[in-house]
Amino acid sequence: MKYILMMTGKQSDFEGYARLSKEDLQANVAFMRAFSQDLKDCGVFVSTEGFGWPSEARLVRAGKNGEPVINGIFPESKEFLAGYWIIDVEGPEQAYGFAARASQAPAAGGMPANMPIEVRPILTGRADSGL
Amino acid sequence: MAEHSYDAPFEHLLRELAPQVLGAVARRFRDFSSAEDAVQEAMIAAFSQWPKEGVPENPRGWLIQVACRRMTDQMRSEIARRERETAVAAEAETLASLEIEADMDPDDTLNLLFMCCHPALTPSSAIALTLRAVGGLTTAEIANAFLVPEATMAQRISRAKQTIKASGVPFGLPSQTERIERLPAVLHVLYLIFSEGYASSIGSHLQRLDLAREAIRLTRNTKTLLPDNAEVAGLLALMLLTDARRAARSGPAEELIPLDKQDRSLWDRAEISEGIELLTAALAKGSVGMYQLQAAIAAVHDEAARVEGTDWPQILALYELLKRVAPSPMVTLNHAIAAAMVHGPAQGLKLLGALDNDPRMAGHYRLDAVRAHLLEKTGDYEAAIKHYRTAAACTTSIPERNYLITQAARLAGD
Repeated sequence: MKYILMMTGKQSDFEGYARLSKEDLQANVAFMRAFSQDLKDCGVFVSTEGFGWPSEARLVRAGKNGEPVINGIFPESKEFLAGYWIIDVEGPEQAYGFAARASQAPAAGGMPANMPIEVRPILTGRADSGL
Repeated sequence: MAEHSYDAPFEHLLRELAPQVLGAVARRFRDFSSAEDAVQEAMIAAFSQWPKEGVPENPRGWLIQVACRRMTDQMRSEIARRERETAVAAEAETLASLEIEADMDPDDTLNLLFMCCHPALTPSSAIALTLRAVGGLTTAEIANAFLVPEATMAQRISRAKQTIKASGVPFGLPSQTERIERLPAVLHVLYLIFSEGYASSIGSHLQRLDLAREAIRLTRNTKTLLPDNAEVAGLLALMLLTDARRAARSGPAEELIPLDKQDRSLWDRAEISEGIELLTAALAKGSVGMYQLQAAIAAVHDEAARVEGTDWPQILALYELLKRVAPSPMVTLNHAIAAAMVHGPAQGLKLLGALDNDPRMAGHYRLDAVRAHLLEKTGDYEAAIKHYRTAAACTTSIPERNYLITQAARLAGD
């Protein structure tokens, strides 16, 4: 079963990250690196990506003739995807366990941020064999 | 090390030989993990040498010899690294001088299968290891079949080998008692490989390895090794009787077609005959197990030329037996469907009630899907629509979700 673990944050969270001290940033980077490595060592890793910051996000809709109509101003309260991991595990409990680990990424002062990680099952093209 | 994809003309030969060679080398050195690496290297050597020099007269002996040499080299370097005592070095010398047997013990392959379906492994690890060691597939092929990166699959296989090593169960032929104890785990792994393959074989997944065919091949080999076991035959029959419907169960847009709507002329008659023949012989042996019963149910469906001709009382009786032999929520679910076909949907819905508080079914879409189907039959469309939609929200399969949404839409439009 594949799951996506999504790390999201508000504009203010990204701004907080940008103000981390050198030590705190290094601790965060080291944590993320070790976490991904651990997923690999456990044989569950599928993929991971991090995203550009909310200031670089654009909302695009099709205009009258299908041309892109671009918007870039978002409310302060909106949650933005910061990054994700896709893992292939035995079941949801194992996915929740890894999510709880990711949630402990250190923030300011090296303290675990306990940020929420959204866990969603990934749909497959396979049918239930019904056996 | 880069792995080679097995292609013609050696593919078939090498895949048949791989488990035999691995079984022999692992038995000799009593180290499954290193033997596996050594055999992979022997296979790679065969790929580079055989096209130029031709296939050796005794390809199996050739592969065993190359793998054993590799094992010995490895042991020597290990000894050098650790600066061990002469006693161990002498042991390596003895091993190196062992005569290579031309004749193989067929039990080696069986032994390997038992090792790969080790009870300490998670299902996904056991599946990966079995496909690699017994199936002779490359890590890349297995990774591709399960849509994960090759490095992840390599790591999963490597961890599985470590788990086996750490479990302390020696690589040796299991006793008759152990064999009986562990056979269900082996059959379960083969069954899981089949159902993964069968479930994924919707539409044109040309890039993906056909795991259903691979499971049939492995089960066929297992049956050759354990010819008297009725459950092995039952499992093979179940696979064939299910696989026979493959072409009929999805439409041109990859949409699911349930059993009662399938074009039965598309069913594979040869697979059905073989399955029924196997099953008949297995049932005659007298010890009826869960795979034979499931195969018998599949056979009753397959024998009906038209859906109206399905012998539901017979299927219901078989599910009642299955409920006693191997009770599970899925069996209860299917039993309820059969009961509904014989005694009406109200009876089916009553039986489903038993699953409402079963934690194993919590959040499982099939309970809602079956309930929706039975509610529809009672004429309670509103409730049926609700359960079709709940089921659609819970399933992790896109074809299933589309099917369930379509069912809800059909009723909502009436």
